[in-house]
Amino acid sequence: MRASKIARYGLLVALALALSYAESLLPSPGVPGVKLGLPNLVVVFALYRLGTADAWALSLVRVLLVSLLFGNGASLAYSLAGAALSLAVMCLLKRTGKFSETGVSVAGGVAHNAGQIAVAVFLLETTRLAWYLPVLCLSGTVAGILIGLVSALLVKRVPEFKS
Amino acid sequence: MDRFKTHRNDVLLIAALLILAGALALFLRLGRHSGGTVSVTVGGEMVAELPLDEDASLPIETESGTNLLVIEGAAARMESADCPDLLCVKMGAIRWAGESIVCLPHQVVVTVEGGPDGGFDAAAR
Repeated sequence: MRASKIARYGLLVALALALSYAESLLPSPGVPGVKLGLPNLVVVFALYRLGTADAWALSLVRVLLVSLLFGNGASLAYSLAGAALSLAVMCLLKRTGKFSETGVSVAGGVAHNAGQIAVAVFLLETTRLAWYLPVLCLSGTVAGILIGLVSALLVKRVPEFKS
Repeated sequence: MDRFKTHRNDVLLIAALLILAGALALFLRLGRHSGGTVSVTVGGEMVAELPLDEDASLPIETESGTNLLVIEGAAARMESADCPDLLCVKMGAIRWAGESIVCLPHQVVVTVEGGPDGGFDAAAR
């Protein structure tokens, strides 16, 4: 691996970490899981500008670091499920070539929330969490639109970021 | 695939998800019943069940911390908790069968169970 590539990875991981932290400072609307998903800016950027494998590596490293720094075992399970399902759906949708960054990011946002609900249903052994599905579907869509629009700009305008 | 088509597909996807959210909300709203009791589980195990029509306050002790549940005016809410995010407190009061308050850090779930008229469980079965 070339030094410049290592430096770029480090930069993106640090950025994703900083965005995770920045997001934790934002006021919460009072429903678990409703959030903007700022780190997803970096993941979508990496997916389009670097490649699928790089996006996976970045996303997993970020989730592990965030859980180590700010979370616990349970939060690792939630984050991992959300991040993995989200990225899997985004990869698939990107591969179809039928959607722009916005569509891909929207699907990722909703998939992220779905993954977290699935883990919550499993860990808490209750199916009552169905009550959160509408609001999390809505919030995932809205957050996905915002992140997708900004990501599209980044993908287009950030100069020279090839490995 | 040209730019116009990808944008059209984006909009279709967003519309479909918004309709899905609306349909889910409508489905849950139509199926709602007033609650009869409040059940408290920690890590999936039932620790308490209280009637919703009697005012009460119940400290919920878990391995990771304590939550204070208050039932008042046929609604249940988390009055206070020592979890880091306090989302359970911010979630406010619940009164309809099937609604729940979740404290993820402490693995606490407070759920309103259906009254004599059935409720969410009866609809789900």
